[in-house]
Amino acid sequence: MSRVEIRKTYKLFIGGAFPRSESGRSYEVVDSEGNFVANPAMASRKDARDAVVAARSAFPNWSAATAFNRSQILYRVAELMESRREEFTNGVSLGDSIGKGRAGKIVDAAIDRWVWYAGWSDKLGSILGATNPVAGPYYNFSIPEPVGVVALIAPQDSSLLGLIDLLGAALTTGNTVVVLANETAPLPAITLSEVLATSDVPAGVVNILTGRTKEVAPWLASHMDVDAINLAGVAAEDVQKLAGEATDNLKRVIAPKSRDWLQTPTIEAMTSLLEIKTVWHPIGI
Amino acid sequence: MSAILTRTALLRSTDHDAIKQFVLALPAVDQVGAEGRAAMLATRSIKTSSKVYAIDKAISMIDLTTLEGADTQGKVRALCAKAVRPDPTDSTAPSVAAVCVYNDLVGIAREHLDSIGGQNVAVAAVTTAFPSGRASMAVKLQDTRDAISAGASEIDMVIDRGAFLSGNYGKVFDEISAIKEVCGDGEKRAHLKVILETGELVTYDNVRRASWLAMLAGADFIKTSTGKISPAATPPVVLVMLESVRDFYAKTGTRVGVKAAGGIRTAKDAIKQLVLVNETTGSDWLDPTLFRIGASALLNDLLLQRQKLSTGHYSGPNYVTLD
Amino acid sequence: MSPFEYAPAPESRAIVDIASSYGLFINGEFINGAGTAYKTINPATEEVLSEIAEGSSADIDLAVKAARRAYAKVWSKMPAAERGKYLYRIARIMQERAREFAVLETLNNGKPIRESRDIDVPLAAAHFFYHAGWADKLEHAGLGSAPKPHGVVGQIIPWNFPLLMLSWKVAPALATGNTVVLKPAETTPLTALLFADVCRQAGLPPGVVNIVTGAGATGAALVSHPDVNKIAFTGSTKVGKAIAREIVGTKKSVTLELGGKGANIVFDDAPMDETIEGIVNGIFFNQGHVCCAGSRLLIQENVHEEVLERLRHRMSQLRVGDPMDKNTDVGAINSAAQLGRITELATAGDNEGAQRWSTPCDLPTKGFWYAPTIFTGVTQAHRIAREEIFGPVLSVLTFRTPAEAIEKANNTPYGLSAGVWTDKGSRLLWTAARLRAGVVWGNTFNRFDPTSPFGGYKESGWGREGGRHGLAAYLKQGEQA
Repeated sequence: MSRVEIRKTYKLFIGGAFPRSESGRSYEVVDSEGNFVANPAMASRKDARDAVVAARSAFPNWSAATAFNRSQILYRVAELMESRREEFTNGVSLGDSIGKGRAGKIVDAAIDRWVWYAGWSDKLGSILGATNPVAGPYYNFSIPEPVGVVALIAPQDSSLLGLIDLLGAALTTGNTVVVLANETAPLPAITLSEVLATSDVPAGVVNILTGRTKEVAPWLASHMDVDAINLAGVAAEDVQKLAGEATDNLKRVIAPKSRDWLQTPTIEAMTSLLEIKTVWHPIGI
Repeated sequence: MSAILTRTALLRSTDHDAIKQFVLALPAVDQVGAEGRAAMLATRSIKTSSKVYAIDKAISMIDLTTLEGADTQGKVRALCAKAVRPDPTDSTAPSVAAVCVYNDLVGIAREHLDSIGGQNVAVAAVTTAFPSGRASMAVKLQDTRDAISAGASEIDMVIDRGAFLSGNYGKVFDEISAIKEVCGDGEKRAHLKVILETGELVTYDNVRRASWLAMLAGADFIKTSTGKISPAATPPVVLVMLESVRDFYAKTGTRVGVKAAGGIRTAKDAIKQLVLVNETTGSDWLDPTLFRIGASALLNDLLLQRQKLSTGHYSGPNYVTLD
Repeated sequence: MSPFEYAPAPESRAIVDIASSYGLFINGEFINGAGTAYKTINPATEEVLSEIAEGSSADIDLAVKAARRAYAKVWSKMPAAERGKYLYRIARIMQERAREFAVLETLNNGKPIRESRDIDVPLAAAHFFYHAGWADKLEHAGLGSAPKPHGVVGQIIPWNFPLLMLSWKVAPALATGNTVVLKPAETTPLTALLFADVCRQAGLPPGVVNIVTGAGATGAALVSHPDVNKIAFTGSTKVGKAIAREIVGTKKSVTLELGGKGANIVFDDAPMDETIEGIVNGIFFNQGHVCCAGSRLLIQENVHEEVLERLRHRMSQLRVGDPMDKNTDVGAINSAAQLGRITELATAGDNEGAQRWSTPCDLPTKGFWYAPTIFTGVTQAHRIAREEIFGPVLSVLTFRTPAEAIEKANNTPYGLSAGVWTDKGSRLLWTAARLRAGVVWGNTFNRFDPTSPFGGYKESGWGREGGRHGLAAYLKQGEQA
């Protein structure tokens, strides 16, 4: 008789901890044949609220970390992902309903995407900043700064790579994040949370919720302490409503775009999550 | 603000370390901000009745000055005549506040002024090895004593800029105090104007420090410049000095005067100075006892403007006297 | 009273020639609008200056069509360098007619002639001059190798800097190859209408700039017009949010410059005299009708009494009155409605227990006036510490530690501007880095320049205006291109 495997309990990731949903709910994730895989937590609006609080409290330190430091921390995540390559591959194969070989390539791309973003953190200031030659005795410079707390509604057509594409952009720019994972294929996101928990990414910088997009995404879109939201995983018929609610505090809204996740992102993925701050100071003796 | 304190209480000690500590703790001056404020005040448009007031006020504040190696007794007598009656054709033009001359011409000036009814016009002498200040203390003291005994009622001394710039604030303080002692005290004292020579002080922070140093050591006036160095009485320098006397008054209840000297050549320049006074220390300082302008050519331009205001048409250089 | 009272020094209004009525500037000519006319006044005297056409949605449609035609047939086909030359021409004409613009601005807005003459108009011309040079260099702006304009841009501007805001909007839009339908503020249309004459003198092709006057409904028609590709709005956060919501689900791009409640932080080592000037400039410049005004003064508690004493003394010297007098520092409130808003919020300050102090000054009997005012004893909870007053009213708070200053400064939904006063460079940079605001002025306040990006964090808006960053607002980027 073969050994009965020890299954993993898939939980939320909030403030560096792994709580179950405060609602006590979970939902069944199945494979492409309908077989039971896991019962991840089904996050409620209150879990979303807690995740925003965690992200907000992590923001000052993460945004103030040196770009070099952020770069190293993100690179470290890629290292840890590499060591869990097999688990990710299984998750992606299951989640994206593709063969192991193809899934492995996607995991490789996801890890490489982390590395790509990790390298951006200390380049953005030079590329996007400026010293502005004002007509007067003032030193004037503009620098990019993170917009704040970013909600990412992860794409539904990619369980890992699409999420990492969004997440890397938000983190390398110094934002803190609340992720609402791919609804039907949340397991790679949860595995990623375990990677993050054992990495050097400070608690609260990334918070990952699993559950129903239709239920939780509107709470994030209307949350007054969320500064930007990427609506990638929101159903087409709901985008307009959520984008409308996001205007209540003038969130920066990134509308869903269909794209090939294997393709390298544009710099706009990052500039859309940055503010430009301009500082003036007199020049004198 | 804190209670009114005497100069000595403010300083607590005339120990050199205490003096240094005090001046270095003064609030900083932001160059761009100070120059911006002065430039904004320079846009004030002074017209009609306010211009009439300003021109006569400016004339009455002039220390009519000649400080040339080639000065003669004749030149000083002419200067005195002009000081008492600036416009020979118009007796309503006020006398100036003082004539300002080198030490050796003080006697002539006083004598001539008295002989032409100019008892109200003071004689100011530049002393302490003006303009460089490079002499022994004994010479500086004697220079000042000579001037006073020759009839100078106002002493324009220079500070030791070398000592100041090297951070030896105590030495500067001691010198001013010593000259002050020679000037005496009480109503009959010779009024002491301390020339900071701001054109050599490099920064507005230094202008403020030197202003306080002079006031603490007993100056009746702080004066911008010798007139031998450019820049001299620029509006931002005068602004910083006016701010200093305003703050000194708030702390001690003592009003110290300001003398702007050097580079003020036109009526427009002079009116800008009065605007600075009006909007910095307030109108109490709009008086020859608290604000002076050290100048020579300025007087004629003020007189030309005065003639324009009274006749309604522009005058010309032939209608004012050369000296 | 000072014996040195400045006699009146009025700027001559002979230089301006105000028509008794104005139409709408569409397709290079003035036409009669379909809507009714309204009166525009001088807020300092309530004198009626002219009758202005209220643009209807039919008028907006005409203007958008003209802009579309000009875009398709002329402007998008013109070599970029040629486009730039038109902007240079406009800049020069604005310089040549600077005094005329300044006088007209002051008459219609109520701001002191010193400010319109020395700040608004020269800066407006500078914006055209700056952007003129960008027209044929856009591929170097870091926005892709061949960035494309949106097409027709609808622009809605406020009444606080009528000509300057026009230039902030029109100059970059034209330089990047867009055509424009501009709606000036209801109460301040006259300099925009004079700008139409500048377009004529510059020989700008018809339809490249269209100016449709009117109130909120005219602006709403512009925002909702289906053939407008991009909206640029400067005004209140309330209207900005409504616009943002309105365009959701459309393909329109939008940039917003909205309200603010800027913190002006004074540390105990600040250069004191210049700080007082900066506080005054921060809140009383342009009667406080400034979105980036330093309307919350945060003073370190160990110097707060001294700062307040100096501030009151300095405020007493502000010259409030006839905006046309060259010596006036604080002019008229722009409208009865705005005066009502200021009065209401100041009364709330009284009722909530803050202490009011206003400068002793005689206010004119006609027109709309409000004496420069400070409230002390204000807490974060007071309405006057949270809501934008948009008038000459300063709320004063204190703080003990730098961290507390940051907390208080950032404790607002707005994020447009902030000021920091300290003589210590490292403290200045520490503070500037932590302020959640798009513009931070260190040891200065309310400085503007065409090369310097301006715009807000949080509810103060979307996007930047000015500098290289401001070009992004008028060019399609990334996958949009």
